[in-house]
Amino acid sequence: MKRVSLAFTLALAAGLSTQATAQTLKTIKDRGMLSCGVSQGLPGFSSPDDKGNWTGLDVDICRAVAAAVFNDPTKIKFVPLSAKDRFTALQSGEIDVLSRNTTWTLSRDTSLGANFTGVTYYDGQGFLVKKSLKVNSALELNSASVCVQTGTTTEQNLADYFKGNNMKYEVIAFGTADEAVKAYESGRCDVFTTDVSGLYAERLKLSNPADHAVLPEVISKEPLGPMVRHGDDQWFDIVKWVLFAMIDAEELGVTQKNVDDMAKSDKPELKRAFGTDGNLGEQLGLTKDWVSRIVKTVGNYGESFDRNVGSGSKLGIARGLNQLWNKGGIQYAPPIR
Amino acid sequence: MSIEPRAPPPQFAARLRHALGGRAGWRGLFVQILFVAALAWIGYEIAANARANLETQRITSGFEFLKNTAGFDVSQNLIPYSGSDPYTRVLLVGLLNTLVVSIIGIFFATVIGFLVALGRLSPNWLLSRISGGYVELLRNLPVLFQILFWYLAVLAALQNPRQSVALFGSFFLSNRGFVIPKPIGTAGFEPFAVAVLVGIVASLLWRRYARRQLFESGRMIRIWPYVVGSLIGLPLVTSLVFGAPVTFEIPELKGFNFSGGSRLIPEFVALTLALSTYTAAFIAEIVRAGILSVHRGQMEAGASLGLSRGSTLRLIVVPQALRVILPPLTNQYLNLTKNSSLAVGIGYPDLFSVFAGTTLSQTGQAIEIIGITMGVYLLISLVTSAIMSFYSWRISRSLG
Repeated sequence: MKRVSLAFTLALAAGLSTQATAQTLKTIKDRGMLSCGVSQGLPGFSSPDDKGNWTGLDVDICRAVAAAVFNDPTKIKFVPLSAKDRFTALQSGEIDVLSRNTTWTLSRDTSLGANFTGVTYYDGQGFLVKKSLKVNSALELNSASVCVQTGTTTEQNLADYFKGNNMKYEVIAFGTADEAVKAYESGRCDVFTTDVSGLYAERLKLSNPADHAVLPEVISKEPLGPMVRHGDDQWFDIVKWVLFAMIDAEELGVTQKNVDDMAKSDKPELKRAFGTDGNLGEQLGLTKDWVSRIVKTVGNYGESFDRNVGSGSKLGIARGLNQLWNKGGIQYAPPIR
Repeated sequence: MSIEPRAPPPQFAARLRHALGGRAGWRGLFVQILFVAALAWIGYEIAANARANLETQRITSGFEFLKNTAGFDVSQNLIPYSGSDPYTRVLLVGLLNTLVVSIIGIFFATVIGFLVALGRLSPNWLLSRISGGYVELLRNLPVLFQILFWYLAVLAALQNPRQSVALFGSFFLSNRGFVIPKPIGTAGFEPFAVAVLVGIVASLLWRRYARRQLFESGRMIRIWPYVVGSLIGLPLVTSLVFGAPVTFEIPELKGFNFSGGSRLIPEFVALTLALSTYTAAFIAEIVRAGILSVHRGQMEAGASLGLSRGSTLRLIVVPQALRVILPPLTNQYLNLTKNSSLAVGIGYPDLFSVFAGTTLSQTGQAIEIIGITMGVYLLISLVTSAIMSFYSWRISRSLG
């Protein structure tokens, strides 16, 4: 842990002292590979399978970017990062995109030298407890010990929530989520807290998931999204519009299966999206067929959601806020035109 | 001790030339100055360039963030701390947590190390083999592994607070740590404290008197009954007169955890145990080497003067051995302090965990925070070295 962050800091100091203004797209094309910062293993968002293939909602964003740039979703180097090393890795140029369940906040948007490109998942912080404690609400957690992963917005939300409700607690902060979950499972803590999606994912790793319950309270707003470095607006636009394209594709009814048929459609909005009319993709610095490349690779937003975290996955999380805006959720993307 | 022949004091020019690596004349000096200037220039360029690039990328830099509110809590704070305190306070809380583990760890490591070394040198076969086994086992396993062993295999195996092990109805051992009654001072506390102070001063005076008697008249007097009397008897009498100096707040189980009393958190216990037993194995070998480095004749000389084995060790062998022991012992103390940053693996809130961990990721100012953290560790190490050098200097002076 320590050595990693020292290495990144040295890389940051060295990188900052040599790096000129970045031309990220050109750099990536010359390198022949996209470098994508992901988590150290969070099922549903970014985790490697037994063959070392990364899957997840966050991973799909990187795959979609690689598909749009190279027409090849395998030209990616995944860099697993702990919560506290992630920003330094992005700043130092070690990675081109940080797609690692990272909460969009004002201070992160302004002071880190990086920008959020959109929201891939609307989340909130919750609590996981053992059912044997017979606790039904987070308001019954007075004097509890809470395990948490350090280097996240979680620690501050926790402090605010317990202070606001006049409850005492003890926080034990660990370097990685795995260590925190292990301590929770061993009984050191009564509660494990992180974003609700993370709770469902971590619960799968416990030896007996059915003995643990997620409490109903959601104590914060955690919009998760990808980040890129300041200073390269073209690259910022590309990563931003790759996500928008996935969301718009769902809205337009374009799926991984029907994408080739839809590309031949005469509908004006489909013609613009698929590049048979105009050159919107080229304006981004990509190709005309960028949208069909993305959808062929990872599907539209809804397909990716279902496959990784939704009804088609082990996590089984409901769409909720992440449903499209015209179906009761708040996922909304500007039009491709 | 033998007297070494002293070299004549070298002339300034010769000393300078020597300091510059032995090159002759002004040419050598010029090359050296050029080299230092080049180093300084490279350092300046790196710093200036990094600064300019931080600005163009609009990454916040500088030390203003230290005044901002931290907004997170810490499980062990030796000074009052809450989430509404600034980051400077977090730095201080983390530093104190690092220091307390280091100091207590160094104390136990030294005591265990000396005992194991004496055990290994003992003529008792079993004792020396057990001590040897201890050294070989502990120094050959990675220290992070040992920390995790104590934390996850030993302490986590304890029961939860509701089924904790109770000793005398007021000490509780559970997977939340070791809870003990908390002493609270009463009206009788001040006279008691005065009595203890008087006792300490009196004991020191007794010791001085006994030494003077020994040097002037060669008479050895037995002072321990007087020392015990003034150290224990006097405070005891005082507390009988003025009432008990402290009362104890007995911990009680409330909700999930104990309330009242003092608590040693398991992270602290695991870290201190692991670091002190691990470092003790190295210290034992250093002490053993030191004692063996003293010539056997010294032991025999002590015996022929009629001193007991214990007195010979204490008065003759150990003081000479210390000159050999102290420099490598300092290394071990520094190692223990630096190893305490492995705390992050078990969630102990040391300097590295709360400052270079949580604070770093909340503010994102990696260069400043890693810089401060390196500076603080360097400072701790330099102070430790300075104390040890001073002690070493005093010992070598007293040995002449």
